[in-house]
Amino acid sequence: MDVRKQEMAETATPATGTVAVLLRLRPFARQALPRIGVAMVVSLVASLVALAIPQVLQWMVDGPFASGDAGQVWLGAGIVLGLGVFEAVLIGARRALVLTPGTHVEARMRNGLYAQLEDLPVSFHDRWPSGQLLSRAVSDLNLIRRWLSFGLVLLVVNVLTLIGGVIILITLNWVLGLIFAAAAVPVIAYSFSFERRYSDVARRSQDQAGDLATSVEESVHGIRVLKAFGRGRYALKRFESQAERLRGTEIEKAKAIAGIWLYLTLIPDIAFGVCLVVGVWLASTGQTSVGALVAFFATGTVLLFPIWSLGYFLAMTLDAKTATLRFFEVMDSENTITDPAHPVTVVDGRGRLSFEDVHFRYQDAPAAFPDLLDGVDLVVEPGETMALVGLTGSGKSTLTALTSRLYDVTGGSVRVDGVDVRDFTRDDLRSRVAMAFEEATLFSRSVRENVLLGRPDASEADLREALDIAQAGFVDDLPEGLDTKVGEEGMSLSGGQRQRLALARAIAAKPSVLVLDDPLSALDVDTEALVEAALRRVLARTTALIVAHRPSTVALADRVALLQDGRVTAVGTHAELLATNEHYRFVISSFDADERSAALNAEEVSS
Amino acid sequence: MSVLGVEGEERDDLNRAESAQIRARSLRLLGSLIRPMRARLVLSIIVVVISTISQVAGPAIIAYGIDTGLPALIGSDWMPVAFAGLAYLLAGVTGALLIAWFTVLSAQISQAILFDLRRRVFLHTQRLSLEFHESYTSGRIISRQTSDLDAIRELLDSGINQLVQGVLYMLFTAVALFLLDVESGFILLASLVPLAALTRWFQVRSQTMFRRTRVASARLIVTFVETMTGIRAVKAFRTEKRNEAEFGGLVEEYRATNARVIKLFGIYDPGLVLIGNVAVAVVLLVGGFRVVDGGLEIGVLLAAVLYTRRFFDPMEDMAMFYNGYQSATAALEKISGVLEEQPSVADPEHPVDLWESRGAVAFDGVEFGYVEGRPILPHFDLDIPAGQTIALVGSTGAGKSTLAKLVSRFYDPTVGRVTLDGIDLRQLHPKDLRRAIVMVTQEAYLFSGTVADNIAIGKPDATREEIEAAARAVGADTFIRGLPNGYETDVNKRGGRVSAGQRQLISFARAFLADPAVLILDEATASLDIPSERLVQDALQTLLADRTAIIIAHRLSTVSIADRVLVMEHGRIVEDGTPEDLIAGTGRFAQLHASWRESLV
Ligand SMILES: Nc1ncnc2c1ncn2[C@@H]1O[C@H](COP(=O)(O)OP(=O)(O)OP(=O)(O)O)[C@@H](O)[C@H]1O
Ligand SMILES: Nc1ncnc2c1ncn2[C@@H]1O[C@H](COP(=O)(O)OP(=O)(O)OP(=O)(O)O)[C@@H](O)[C@H]1O
Ligand SMILES: [Mg+2]
Ligand SMILES: [Mg+2]
Repeated sequence: MDVRKQEMAETATPATGTVAVLLRLRPFARQALPRIGVAMVVSLVASLVALAIPQVLQWMVDGPFASGDAGQVWLGAGIVLGLGVFEAVLIGARRALVLTPGTHVEARMRNGLYAQLEDLPVSFHDRWPSGQLLSRAVSDLNLIRRWLSFGLVLLVVNVLTLIGGVIILITLNWVLGLIFAAAAVPVIAYSFSFERRYSDVARRSQDQAGDLATSVEESVHGIRVLKAFGRGRYALKRFESQAERLRGTEIEKAKAIAGIWLYLTLIPDIAFGVCLVVGVWLASTGQTSVGALVAFFATGTVLLFPIWSLGYFLAMTLDAKTATLRFFEVMDSENTITDPAHPVTVVDGRGRLSFEDVHFRYQDAPAAFPDLLDGVDLVVEPGETMALVGLTGSGKSTLTALTSRLYDVTGGSVRVDGVDVRDFTRDDLRSRVAMAFEEATLFSRSVRENVLLGRPDASEADLREALDIAQAGFVDDLPEGLDTKVGEEGMSLSGGQRQRLALARAIAAKPSVLVLDDPLSALDVDTEALVEAALRRVLARTTALIVAHRPSTVALADRVALLQDGRVTAVGTHAELLATNEHYRFVISSFDADERSAALNAEEVSS
Repeated sequence: MSVLGVEGEERDDLNRAESAQIRARSLRLLGSLIRPMRARLVLSIIVVVISTISQVAGPAIIAYGIDTGLPALIGSDWMPVAFAGLAYLLAGVTGALLIAWFTVLSAQISQAILFDLRRRVFLHTQRLSLEFHESYTSGRIISRQTSDLDAIRELLDSGINQLVQGVLYMLFTAVALFLLDVESGFILLASLVPLAALTRWFQVRSQTMFRRTRVASARLIVTFVETMTGIRAVKAFRTEKRNEAEFGGLVEEYRATNARVIKLFGIYDPGLVLIGNVAVAVVLLVGGFRVVDGGLEIGVLLAAVLYTRRFFDPMEDMAMFYNGYQSATAALEKISGVLEEQPSVADPEHPVDLWESRGAVAFDGVEFGYVEGRPILPHFDLDIPAGQTIALVGSTGAGKSTLAKLVSRFYDPTVGRVTLDGIDLRQLHPKDLRRAIVMVTQEAYLFSGTVADNIAIGKPDATREEIEAAARAVGADTFIRGLPNGYETDVNKRGGRVSAGQRQLISFARAFLADPAVLILDEATASLDIPSERLVQDALQTLLADRTAIIIAHRLSTVSIADRVLVMEHGRIVEDGTPEDLIAGTGRFAQLHASWRESLV
């Protein structure tokens, strides 16, 4: 966990000043910015209008009422009404101006984040807990929108109002005005420390919310395990302790806000108290008029609300800042697996797959460990079927993942039709190489969509053929046939059914290289034999690399490669290897030495 | 169609009765969340009231300072001014401290409520049966726990403060206005009519809209989660662009519904301001004529106008509160729907304890189907005596896992009963059930966290020695020690850090640690290489000596350790006997076994 946090911190941009961070939103907010500017002006005017109404009242007291002129009463009320309507219109205009553009900014950022996440390599996804990604895509962007269309405008308007107000105060009486203005110094000083403290907690709370989302997701995805072991309560306890931590952080956040609010209410009040005494003294010595004193306090009172609200908007701004930071942590993550500047393509490639001195190690492998793949050399000729055999954890799946650049080699090269896979565009490469993973990875869509994932425009005949080869005729018995939704991750199918759909999916993609990772492990012997018989038809025209744990799967292959200690140590037919290679016998044979010789003898006798 | 539970969750054409029904449900939930907070809530209201009073006192003290203090000071008497200054400070300090206290108090309340809600939803989703989860999808539950909770949180964060202060303020102001001038008071009262109408309009329209935003955000999250979970397949099959288009559509849908809600509020809020300002103008107009006629003092009119205006001052806050409230109740509606779902595999009301299980499992006249009308397991009886090791074989899709899921009570049979030591599983205390029966599922799921944590799921209070012993027993110890941090290595999400076979070994160690009376292994060795499988089988020999076991495997090597073999075809047990008998016979198993032997070398 700590490692991950550290990593996240490292990918963070160096710019951490609040303004600098928020300025990074510009590209997404560009279209909205002019309207946000106009909205600020509109709100300022609205405040002015609100301030003008009392002036009209003042005028009416001095004028019409004093003179008793009924016509003037109509006029005065009319003006008040007019201003009132105007104020409402301005408020409406402010909302109309910023709110829709705000939602567009949010949508643009969300689409951008999603696209970036799809683009980032698998190694990124290995590292990042899913809840952290989700909380960025949902809660954080929501926060940023609210700040852009609400917080930012009102923060600026309130600060401007405050500045204007203080200027009025100073013109009313410079001594009192300066006393009041002096109060700003401790407030500003405090808000710096608040910024640091609050940013810290805000960040922590967002991270913890992400962790909580991860826990929720895992508790649902892993519900079968939790149920099988009756660990619902246990999971709840862990979840509770996480939620408890988040609650603690939130309360800490509230304490930080309470702190700044305390300052924001207390300091102006102290200043006012001092102003009261000084002001009365000034008035008593005739240095200021009582009228000016009344006006001073009336205006000052009006400023109290903008002062308080600063705390709220400041907190909101800091929330938006940390949300922006979190957003850019993903957006700034460097994608190491990208399309080349000058992509190569092969016309009419027949699908020769070769590994040349391939080295690979996972990003978190300690330096002391040797490379997981430590110089793999292997050639699969066009149309050939090669089985890949090795112990659990020897790196078979890793090797297959290199063929479609789910990971990139750390040394050497993987080539398809003589071209380094890194010289194809990813799209081109992945249309040449199709994979069936050891775990089926189906989506909660219809059977049809799942099978045609790699080639949505395939014909019905192709779909049928793929299903036939994979012996997936069972789909016709499903309640809605090919249009049955398979449930989340295909969980409403049996294990073997899922695996056959995944196999059909790879076949339906009609690749020139087929990479199958232990594709028959969940099938019974008979079905396995049927699939194999049908697969041979496809394999006759397709290059294939098939990871195998059982001799029955190996039987599909023309040749077998043995992966051992990060290298392919032997290549040959099954019979050859069986006869010559001790390790191969160890990996693939169900018999120990005596049994085998007995079996071989029996075979010899019978033949 | 009904709106019970999560049914009809995505509909937005609810009729009045349905709409009222789910609204009532969400209010009940809200009530039950707030109830335990009553005392604190009252305390916080008191704090707000006092702090509001001390704020209101400010202007009065200033007035006193000027009216009384100034003349006194001219007479060289500092006392009143000093008193005013100190009083002002005191009021200020009190008000400020109380506001700060209130901020913390209200955070404590809202966080306690959120915590309670999170916990309830979590616990409830754990209790809900697999049947529910298969169709509801994890994404929706996540959206309930994240974006819906965010909506509620927004209300709680600022809501109480706004509501209490606003209501108090308006109440005081209205009373003051009536005391001052009854006629103006009635004008104010009259203005409440359009206000109520506008609010009603907003309520009705926004209710539907807010519901739609909840649905839209859930859809968004579902797609997001699914893409990230299946990222390898997304990449390998180049669905990025298609996904982007689909996700983009959902984002737009969410944006558009959101924008519509915001627009509604954009009409509601200025509408309220307008009503307030018109009321001010009317009070001024009517009062103005009375002043001209000499029926009213100017001072009173001025005060009446100011009060009327002040009455509407907190309106914006109240509108915001109401907006938040509408959004939160829409979210609560969805959450209460999940909470209303009854698990189809329910915990017993009067559980029967079973301290020591022998492990005798029996099926009495059981029938089962996942969906009505599509029986997977037609009527059958089966008796598994305690201590027996059963190998369950048969073609894929035959119903082996289904049978296993009945034993571990992932599902309840449609007809008949499954018993453990003669007790119907439906009556058995869940704790005893889970302790007695453990299943290693076909999908080896690991949680993110360390290897040790994952194994410890089998027995949360296990010591490190026990964990390591379990790993050693199944032959996982060597590879675990080879990981960068050994048992403390984080396996990443879904155990992506380790290979498929290694995942199976870890799951297996988990079950070994749990040490149940009945162990079910569903293809627990399918992804293992042959040497590891052999190790596991040796471990099984000793492990299963004194317990009941159901082993499902396509590789018939397991059969050698079984006492009895069951062959399933199309949901029926077609053969049942000792391995020797069956192999010697001419039935399905003999044929299966022969072809399996042939496949070996
Ligand atoms: N994402 C990853 N990050 C770091 N290490 C990994 C990762 N995935 C696998 N490993 C490690 O690399 C080694 C090879 O894993 P791989 O999945 O390639 O094995 P495999 O040969 O396919 O095994 P199996 O037969 O069990 O499927 C394992 O020891 C595993 O712990
Ligand atoms: N959750 C579910 N909802 C609906 N149908 C299901 C569900 N799970 C399984 N089925 C169906 O029930 C039948 C039996 O499935 P089951 O998983 O029991 O097969 P199995 O014998 O374990 O097969 P395999 O060897 O492939 O794992 C299959 O036709 C499958 O499609
Ligand atoms: Mg593998
Ligand atoms: Mg199964």
